[in-house]
Amino acid sequence: MADILLQLFVSFLKVGAFAFGGGYAMIPLISEEVVTNRGWLAMEEFIDVIAISQGTPGPIAINSATFVGFKVAGVVGSVTATFGVVLPSFIIMMVLGRLFLRYKEVPFVKYMLSGIRPIVVALILSAALSVLPNSITGLVPGIISAAVIVAILVFNIDPILLLVLSGVLGFFMYR
Amino acid sequence: MKDTNKNSTKSSLGDCTQDYKNGIGNTDACPQEEFPSTDPRDDISLWSIFVSFFKIGAFTFGGGWAMVPLIRKELVDRQGWLEDSEFVDILAIAQSGPGPIAINTSVLCGNKMRGFPGAIVATLGSSLPSFLVILVIANFFLKVKESTAVQAVFKGMRPAIFGLLISAVWQVGKKSITGARDIAFAAVGAGLLLFLDINPIFVVLLAAISGVVYGSIEHSRSAARYDDTKNSA
Repeated sequence: MADILLQLFVSFLKVGAFAFGGGYAMIPLISEEVVTNRGWLAMEEFIDVIAISQGTPGPIAINSATFVGFKVAGVVGSVTATFGVVLPSFIIMMVLGRLFLRYKEVPFVKYMLSGIRPIVVALILSAALSVLPNSITGLVPGIISAAVIVAILVFNIDPILLLVLSGVLGFFMYR
Repeated sequence: MKDTNKNSTKSSLGDCTQDYKNGIGNTDACPQEEFPSTDPRDDISLWSIFVSFFKIGAFTFGGGWAMVPLIRKELVDRQGWLEDSEFVDILAIAQSGPGPIAINTSVLCGNKMRGFPGAIVATLGSSLPSFLVILVIANFFLKVKESTAVQAVFKGMRPAIFGLLISAVWQVGKKSITGARDIAFAAVGAGLLLFLDINPIFVVLLAAISGVVYGSIEHSRSAARYDDTKNSA
């Protein structure tokens, strides 16, 4: 048990420390730890966690930490994983807060972020491609994906609404 | 009295808020308030900070940038705990670190208001609602996930997630890729992630290091150019 808690803590500490760009850009880091390295969730389950995250309050990193922690080691597990994912943010913000107050702008941090910013796009693309085999399993799922892309990019429709609609569609089609 | 003060800073800050949203802006453009060493904010109780952040955490769906306007509204407009200029600075710093932007913003706001204990209660407050909600859902989901109805709903949602992510690639790319250098960075990053299957942590580290090297070279080059023009003049 202590072993598993330590693994949970370390895995989510890594996620918290390296997840730049927020939101979707964190998905590859989380799935690398949770699906590939540890096998705590199957890819399909991880996609379901992303779907749940979209419909519940709070950041995706916290949502997945809580979910995975609970699945692996109950309430203690979810506390451990969530603590792990928040800790790097907390420490780094306390330090940066002091630094910036004194120097206003640190060139090192500015350069570092200018390198990371374009990478965020690559991270989201790799997130998309990693969910592809489990999400587009036939013609109908393909049509749903295409419709969602058009709805968001062309008609600017709320993603949560689209998730609900596709869930309802799934309920009637696959039940 | 507090209100008139707030309005005056708000109008003068419109432009630099935009700068911060687009990345690291020119901080000098933003007026800085000087605060006396005895901060009146010591009066703000930790409990009220907790309650404010709990409310923020409970009502922001999807996380990320959705949370930021709510935090601003609660702390700057409703409670008057922070000045607008302070909040702008906090946003700039929150973007510079890893981790969820909502959590980063909470840590910084709490720290600004009541130091270390303030940062702890703010972070607890903003993460507790999502923690509790997911705990309930995870409990329920893991019990009912074998049911055909639940499976059908999630089977319907999975292709939508792919659609969401592809849309995000386009939306984020439009904003964050602004030149040839950015395209090169993104292409190399995508290549490493997709074809060589390299751990995303190393890709992020590599991007950070390359950014620092590139930035330093650019910086020294422009300094050299400046020297040349000075010498030739």
